Amino acid sequence: MNFHLIGVNHNSAPLEVRERLAVSEDRLPEAIGALVQQPGVEEGMVLSTCNRVEVLASANQQPDLRDFLRSYFGISPDEIRPHIYEFQERAVVRHVFRVAASLDSMVVGEPQILGQVKEAYAIARGLGAVHSALEQLLSRAFAVAKRVRSETAIGSSSVSIASVAAQLAEKIFGSLDGKTVYLVGAGKMAELAARHLIAHGATRIIVSNRTFERAAQMAEAFGGNAIPFERLHETAEGADIILTSTGAPEPLFRKEHGEKLRSRRRNRPVFFIDIAVPRNVAPEMNKLDGIFVYDVDDLQAVAASNGVERKKEAERAEKIIEAEVDRFASRMKSLAVVPTILSLQEYCEAIRQAEIDRTRGRLGKISPEQEAAIDAMTRGIINKLLHTPITTLKSSAADPEAATIEDIVRKLFNLNSRKAKG
Amino acid sequence: MPLFWLRVALCLYAVGLFYALASVWGGRKVLTRITMPAVGLGTTFHFVALIENAMLSHTWAPASMHELESLLAFVLMVFFFFIYARYQATSPGLAVFPIVFLLTASAAFGKTPSPSATPLFVSAQWIYIHVALIMVGYSALLFSFIAGILYLMQERNLKSKSAKGFWSRLPALAVIDDIGYKSLLWGFPFMTLGLIAGSILGEARQGASYFFDPKILLSILTWVLYLVLLYSRWSAGWRGRRAAFLSSAVFATAVLAWAANSLSHTHRFIAP
Repeated sequence: MNFHLIGVNHNSAPLEVRERLAVSEDRLPEAIGALVQQPGVEEGMVLSTCNRVEVLASANQQPDLRDFLRSYFGISPDEIRPHIYEFQERAVVRHVFRVAASLDSMVVGEPQILGQVKEAYAIARGLGAVHSALEQLLSRAFAVAKRVRSETAIGSSSVSIASVAAQLAEKIFGSLDGKTVYLVGAGKMAELAARHLIAHGATRIIVSNRTFERAAQMAEAFGGNAIPFERLHETAEGADIILTSTGAPEPLFRKEHGEKLRSRRRNRPVFFIDIAVPRNVAPEMNKLDGIFVYDVDDLQAVAASNGVERKKEAERAEKIIEAEVDRFASRMKSLAVVPTILSLQEYCEAIRQAEIDRTRGRLGKISPEQEAAIDAMTRGIINKLLHTPITTLKSSAADPEAATIEDIVRKLFNLNSRKAKG
Repeated sequence: MPLFWLRVALCLYAVGLFYALASVWGGRKVLTRITMPAVGLGTTFHFVALIENAMLSHTWAPASMHELESLLAFVLMVFFFFIYARYQATSPGLAVFPIVFLLTASAAFGKTPSPSATPLFVSAQWIYIHVALIMVGYSALLFSFIAGILYLMQERNLKSKSAKGFWSRLPALAVIDDIGYKSLLWGFPFMTLGLIAGSILGEARQGASYFFDPKILLSILTWVLYLVLLYSRWSAGWRGRRAAFLSSAVFATAVLAWAANSLSHTHRFIAP
């Protein structure tokens, strides 16, 4: 691994500095061309968005990326020194993973950055500036970003909507212990939200759905009651939280229902969570005392501001990234022993072939079956002999002594001179 | 009255006052950790001051308006700690701490009556019972009034659907409601018994004419409104805006009744 990265982002540099370093898309090939001309640089790419400008290189010797900034942008490094960050090796891997997974973004979890990284990669790849090590780094970064997205709720709002709904319910009712949740409509989202409410303490579940069977199914799953859809309004007063998610084109609950509901409930508050689009609860219901209505947009708006929730998810994402960096680093190291393993196998195969050729003459005429048997036997001997050295090489790849072991193997089998000869 | 411990208590209550003022600009979390022990200690010293005063003056009955203020402030703090223990809610402190601070400051630095003056009242024990019961009733009213305001604030937060509402540190609506209702429930018997004790005293001293005094009439009006408030909560489950309006009306009458001392001929303290 010989990765190097230099850059500025929204945290490190003010807009005036970022502006001066920004590279427009049509100038990107030229910049990449200049980058790979730098001494030592084998591969390179440039990422330039409104929030960051980063120069990434894979090099066989320490490249002077500051010099690249100076020569290409005509900016003296002293001028921007306080604003730039530089990473090497493992830190580059981590940074690239974090950027792709939108953990380094101004709005953590925003989805655009992945597309921008992909685009920058595609341009550099098209120019042949990205082919081996960077290729692996970037394709892994995309996989990591996808993993972060699917395993955490950092970018999605569906999970956070459910948890925001549950937290709002707690703002109204204090504890949800002993509270009744009425599910109007029995879809996936309703189920998810109901699970959150139950996790927060809600005890009783009532389900009503246009198809009664579906309601009955879900009620059974939650250990609750199913109610025929026609009896929705007469039974609603028993619920503290009403979660609507039906496909009804007109609101199911209007102001007059709200007024009736309130008097029947003797002014105890009701919380409507309306995740249906179009809405199942008329918005003017929210104006009634003691009735709180949150629709999908309201929940989403709260979820978007939900710093704590995002922070929690971001922490989970960082853990994933850390594990992925480890995995990538050990993979890169095990890739380093691959040439040794290959030449070891080649070496043994050459010996085997030579010995078979020599022996065949002495054996005289043999049947194809006998020839196959000899072939299988010699192959078997070599495989068995090589098994332990190869697995040792592979498994020790991540260890610090990997280079020593590799060296010993090369010396024992005289692989270096063979390679030189070959 | 000996004021040293009362002034120590006042200094500690000042932390509570600062907390209440600072909360307006946010950043309550850290302050809570300092404020709660400070006002707790303040209340303890306040208790010491009350005991010392009673021992030195050989009577439990408050002889002046300032002593009464001091007692009310103390009862308010005790009430606050009851609520804190039950609900872990510090929000009522936002209103209570400044009131307690002002009452204590007035008691600690106000002009004291000359020590030779003795209470006019006949039976000091009865007076004390009357005053203490009424003070608890007043405190309860104040807390239900504060809860009413907090309820409206939190309801508005939640109805506005803004993220600010989501992150507000006010207690849950149901908790605020419970504080208000329980305060009323607990305060009512105290208020009733306090008024009865007062009536017995007045009757014994002055006969029926006692009841045609503005202070007494206002007190009775407070009690009637209190009853109405309690009944509306109990029967129709009134809460939110209507309950807040009604409880502020009751509270306003109670404040008037408290202030009516200067108008009253029969129910007066010797000094300010």
